[in-house]
This record gives sequence, structure tokens and C-alpha cells, in this order.
Amino acid sequence: MTNAALPMEGQLQAHAHDAVAVPAVHTKGQQHPIKLYLVVWGWLFVLSTCSYLVDYFGLHGYLRWSLILLFMVLKAGLIVAVFMHMAWERLALAYAILAPPIAVLVFVAIMVLESEYTHLLRVLFFAAPS
Amino acid sequence: MAETVLTTSGQSPARPEGWRGIAADWASDQRAFKNVSWGKAMMWIFLLSDTFIFSCFLLSYMTARMSTTVPWPNPSEVFALNFAGKQIPLILIAIMTFILISSSGTMAMAVNFGYRRDRVRTAALMLVTAAFGATFVGMQAFEWTKLIREGVRPWGNPWGAEQFGSSFFMITGFHGTHVTIGVIFLIAIARKVLRGDFDVGRRGFFTSRKGYYEIVEIMGLYWHFVDLVWVFIFALFYLW
Repeated sequence: MTNAALPMEGQLQAHAHDAVAVPAVHTKGQQHPIKLYLVVWGWLFVLSTCSYLVDYFGLHGYLRWSLILLFMVLKAGLIVAVFMHMAWERLALAYAILAPPIAVLVFVAIMVLESEYTHLLRVLFFAAPS
Repeated sequence: MAETVLTTSGQSPARPEGWRGIAADWASDQRAFKNVSWGKAMMWIFLLSDTFIFSCFLLSYMTARMSTTVPWPNPSEVFALNFAGKQIPLILIAIMTFILISSSGTMAMAVNFGYRRDRVRTAALMLVTAAFGATFVGMQAFEWTKLIREGVRPWGNPWGAEQFGSSFFMITGFHGTHVTIGVIFLIAIARKVLRGDFDVGRRGFFTSRKGYYEIVEIMGLYWHFVDLVWVFIFALFYLW
């Protein structure tokens, strides 16, 4: 291969051993302009600064919680979608990886109820409420 | 006849997209992940299992914190550092966060240069990533030392609920281990890139398989995951 074919050569090389090569997908595959990464990098910095400032200014209550969770989800989304290239994968892979963690959210809901119940029992029978 | 030639040449027709694509990919009597190599698919599946491990740690931390009647130590004060006579809350953790994000940025660019077969830049960016990672681990060691000197133990601490120590050491320790392993692998693969293993198809020492530049992307997936986990730890442990 000549140097002109460089951008997709790596991908082709990587999959040359696979029986099913689908070059059409790879050409737009994991070769993206550097600028995109720099923009995402910048956004991650901004979002991290924002979530740090939430603590620095001592915000409290629902405002603090919603801001922290919002910045967290945005950062996680940017990392998974762009840095880990999930935005460009086929849905069969994306859903296989991204759907199972929904079970974790269910688990969170269960444990929130459970720990509130435990806390209630402890307040009622053992200690003064915090 | 023309169709027969088409199928035997190894070219598969265009795959459907969207929901039909999912059904078609999974239902066919072949591999489900059509354009993803086994290495990348297995890394994703490993990361999914790691997600569950970290989720369990964070969940048990959440349960301990929500159900205790003893006040939880305020992370904002516990992790404050004294700079020029002023207590700045969480500053070390903030710097660690920026360092890890920067390492993710350099890693993403290393993947990019890897696919362009730019050996020197790929290896250099991977080594920068490893240096950021090592810095992160170093700062974590500093943080641990500081807390242990102040009397934080897995079974107690001077400020409040006992579970603070065990949650902290378990979660950040496990994450730090991941970072350390990542640094080791980054250096190993950067060496292979620099030596040109992936250009000449040199076989690896353990599996004696040929390496490809895709290894850099798979390494990148792991590294970004480490950063991803830190996003959750930062939000849920330090900022709560």
C-alpha cells in the first residue's frame, strides 16, 4: 500500500484476518479529525471545572445533586461516545454493552429503598437521628 | 453465477441499520459483532464486567452512607489542602481529575496516530499518557499517606462514620490498581509500537499472534474506561 491509503490502512490491516471485512464501515470507522478530540478534551475540562465549582461554592440540596449528576453524565457520555468511539460502532455492539448497566440502575433503586429502611430502623431503635 | 462469485469473494452485502440491524446481526448464524475484531469485542465485554465490579463498590458505599446514623465525614474538608495558609477544598482531587482527563486526551490522539501508522507520535503520546497515569497514582499515594497520618483506617476515622475509611480505601485503591496496570501495559505497547512490531507483523511473546495497530485502540478503550470510572468516583464519592 502507498502512503496515500494511510488513513484506512490500519483498520484494514487490523481486520485482514477476519473473514467478513466490511471496508465501507471502516472508512468512516475510527479515523476522526484530531480537532474533534481536542474539542471533547476541552469540554471535559470545562465540565470538570464546573463540578469542582459546585463544591467550591458549597452549593447544597437538590441543586447540588442535579448539577453533579448532570456534569457526571455529560462527561461519561462524551468519553464513551467519542473517546471510546461508541458513537461510530454498530448498534448491535453499542446496545450489548450499554444496555446491561441499566440493571445497575435498578440495583441502585433497590438499595436506596433498602438503606432508607435500615436507617429508619436504626433511628427508631438504636440512635438519635443524624 | 454472478451472485455466487460475489458471496465467495468474502464481500458481504450492506447490513441493515437500526433495530433491524440489531436483529439481523444477532440472529444470523455468524458472529454478532460484524465489524469489530474479537480483541475489541472482548475488551468491551471485560469493561462491562469491570463496570459491574465498580458499580458494586459504589453501591455498597452508597448503602453504607445512606443507612448510617453517624454523620459522614465531609469530603470537602477531609480532602482540603493547605496552600499559602488557605484551606482549598478538594484541590488535590480536582488536579487529579484534570490529569486523568488529559491522559485520556493524549490516549485518544495516540489511537488516531496509530491508525495513521505514525510510529513515533503514537509511542510518544502513549508514553505521555503513561506519565500522566503515573503522576495520578503518585498523587493518590500522597493522598493515602496524608489520610493515614491523620488517622483514617478501614475501621474508623477521627471525623465520623467508620465506613468512610473502608469505602475510601476500597474504591480508590481498586481504581488506583487499574491505573497502575494501565500504565504498565501502556509502556509495554508503546515499546512495541516504537520498535515497529505492528508494521512488520512481528509475533507477540505470549500468544505468538501478530499484533496490529488496533491494539493501540483496545489499550485506549481500557484507559478511557479508567478515566470513566474516575468520573463516577469523583462525582459520587468526593462531591456527594
